[in-house]
Amino acid sequence: MTVHPDTEAVAPAAATGRTRRQAYEARVRRRSTAVAAASTALVVLAIVTLVPLAPGWEAVKRSFFNGEVFAQTFPTLVQAFLWDLAIFAWSVPMITVIALAVALARDARSPALFPLKLFGMLYTDIFRGIPVILVVYLIGFGIPGLGLPRPWNSPYIWGTVALVLTYSAYVAEIFRSGIESIHDSQRAAAASLGLGRADTMRYVVLPQAIRRVVPANMNMLIALQKDVALLSFIGPVEVLRQAGVFKSLLANFTPYVGAALIFLAVTIPATRYADYLMARQRRERS
Amino acid sequence: MLEMQAVTKAFGDNTVLDHVSLEVARGEMVCLIGASGSGKSTLLRCLNLLEPIDDGAILLDGQDISEPGLDPDPVRRRIGMVFQSYNLFPHMTAEENVMLAPRRVRGRTRADLRPEVAELFARFGLGDRMQHYPDQLSGGQQQRVAIVRALAMRPELMLFDEITSALDPELVGEVLDVLRQLRGEGMTMVLATHEMKFAADLADKICFLDAGRIAEQGPPSQIFEAPQKARTRAFLSRVL
Amino acid sequence: MTRTTLLSGAAALALSATGAAAQNACTTGNTIEDGVLTIATGNPAYYPWVMNDDPESKEGFEAAVAYAVANEMGYSDDQVVWTRSSFDQAIQPGAKNYDFNLQQFSITEARDEVIDFSVPYYSAAAAVLTRQPTADAGATNSIESLSGLKWGAAASTTAPTMIENLIDPEDPLLLYDDSADVVEAMKANQIDASLFDLPTALYLSAVTLDDGVLVGQFPPALSENPDQFGLVLAEGSPLKTCVDAAITALEQDGTLAALESEWLAGATGVPVID
Ligand SMILES: Nc1ncnc2c1ncn2[C@@H]1O[C@H](COP(=O)(O)OP(=O)(O)O)[C@@H](O)[C@H]1O
Ligand SMILES: [Mg+2]
Repeated sequence: MTVHPDTEAVAPAAATGRTRRQAYEARVRRRSTAVAAASTALVVLAIVTLVPLAPGWEAVKRSFFNGEVFAQTFPTLVQAFLWDLAIFAWSVPMITVIALAVALARDARSPALFPLKLFGMLYTDIFRGIPVILVVYLIGFGIPGLGLPRPWNSPYIWGTVALVLTYSAYVAEIFRSGIESIHDSQRAAAASLGLGRADTMRYVVLPQAIRRVVPANMNMLIALQKDVALLSFIGPVEVLRQAGVFKSLLANFTPYVGAALIFLAVTIPATRYADYLMARQRRERS
Repeated sequence: MLEMQAVTKAFGDNTVLDHVSLEVARGEMVCLIGASGSGKSTLLRCLNLLEPIDDGAILLDGQDISEPGLDPDPVRRRIGMVFQSYNLFPHMTAEENVMLAPRRVRGRTRADLRPEVAELFARFGLGDRMQHYPDQLSGGQQQRVAIVRALAMRPELMLFDEITSALDPELVGEVLDVLRQLRGEGMTMVLATHEMKFAADLADKICFLDAGRIAEQGPPSQIFEAPQKARTRAFLSRVL
Repeated sequence: MTRTTLLSGAAALALSATGAAAQNACTTGNTIEDGVLTIATGNPAYYPWVMNDDPESKEGFEAAVAYAVANEMGYSDDQVVWTRSSFDQAIQPGAKNYDFNLQQFSITEARDEVIDFSVPYYSAAAAVLTRQPTADAGATNSIESLSGLKWGAAASTTAPTMIENLIDPEDPLLLYDDSADVVEAMKANQIDASLFDLPTALYLSAVTLDDGVLVGQFPPALSENPDQFGLVLAEGSPLKTCVDAAITALEQDGTLAALESEWLAGATGVPVID
């Protein structure tokens, strides 16, 4: 270690094993952390002191943040949320398969497959154009209304179908954008090796495309997790409905706050994870 | 072995190959030289049917492979190609990159392929890089893996499109060494290249492409030492 | 001209002087808009509570009751103004844009903490609505038979609690936003039965369902607190005493019973569940 005699400031930094730049960056980091903490504390303090001063606060607190009601209803809400998780869990694989099939259909080049391509196009246009709740109502009540025997008319089945159809349309578009984002040179390389179109898609294009759209699909999954609650409109008593029942029963909105907390407990980590994936991908690309 | 007869190719109004005729004999090494945009890449892409040609014919061992509507896959299996930007599959290890086509196209198993693939890697100094992903390899190593990948299909003819152009200067040598090695083994090769010294040393024939036409072709001694055409002389004076 | 005005003014004075002292507080100063009684109902309001979604016609049980209460409080028909509100709006804390609200609000203790209820103007029996195929398949008015059915109900009513407590069905209860959706699920054969207050059940079986059947009704003794409908007022509303006095008077002089038989007729003939 050589310390230049007339740059003494360097010495301490060098002694701790850090470069001048690292020492400087650490200083800046410490300062911005302190500023961020202070300003956050100030904002929280302002909310905590100012909101209770509002004239309606007492009434709002009783209606929305009632500890007693919360304790009484929360365990049942969590139980009802298991339905949301179950519906979510069995929808995701179906969405993946159908979306992939539709994306591939839309990519079809052979004229014999034109009907398939047309179908894929109509399908994505229609289901992306209708609000989910309408699809849930129309399919959830409409198809069983045709006279299907039990248990095949179950609202769980047709509600799931509605969600799967809608979300597959969105996810198919995401897959398609992923497929299109793979540079032509990858296809050329595969073709030059004598790989056919199907093999090129399956082994070269799709694995890269799917990886590339993972963050976008994470966001779809988060939206799906929330939209599962729409099935409550056609019967199933999942967390949103259970909260609504409690609300009517107790004339109190705290169960809704409880339900929101349950959703957040799942969606916030998922959102963070999606953002992390997205950021990592940006770093890799650059 | 390979013969181009008055091949013409246009992108819209832009005629990129204009009545190009060229012959490559078995075991020969032919180098395409010419300014950027003169049509070298397009010529190579036409040879393994990545681009359909508009007119003329391409014969491989006497068979017309440029017949419109012909299934290109069997032809491509006989012709290997290596690209300027490597085009390795980034989601696969070097070994998987190499094994993919033999497995899918020739129906071979990994176990069955392993010894010969390992031998190929070793032959080109990549014995310890088989399990690496492309982004863990240097440019020179990636390009050598790309060559191994093409060779694993046991092609009769290899096309190289400026395969050293994207490399740092100190890595060019290792890739040219591979070409030398292949040349020594008697591989038939068509190269687009800017490595004039290399071309002069090894090529059997040099083709100077100018605006989609073969302006001049002949043995290196003729092209480099006694070019007939003014355009050839102008080009060479710029690059040499 | 002047004389008659003076005269009628004096007459009015005399009238209000002879009326109960409460009537002053009922007609002045305590309503949203002075001299006007603003009454809210659902959007839309349904038969047989309000005919043709037109409360001003005074037709339908709740429309008629509303005018009877208003008159009893000292308002003329012209002084009644109608507005609309949703269920949620009605039980939210905060200011109200009506003097009272009636749309079959069941009186419950919990709701009473946030809003005020009048004394009940109607006590509804709860009736089981099914469809003919279910009845043909052997559904009867016994708890045992009923608990084997698939049940659904409108979520924001007291029906879900009553079904769980009184019938305790074997399959999980399905819940819906409103009675229209319950009926839709019944048509889709996703549920066999639901519980409605008797007038609604009668309406649904007669009008909405082609093959609706009422297989039974709960006697008040079996249900812990038979559904009673009350007018909803803002928490601490000064009108509550006036409204209560008016309803009590209408009850005692038989007006409510008369309106009930006029508008909610046919409430008989449904067997009691045992
Ligand atoms: N896919 C394509 N579409 C349109 N024009 C192209 C395409 N590929 C190449 N060209 C054009 O063809 C000409 C020759 O290009 P190229 O064969 O790449 O030349 P070189 O490899 O000698 O630099 C250029 O003018 C280029 O713009
Ligand atoms: Mg090129």
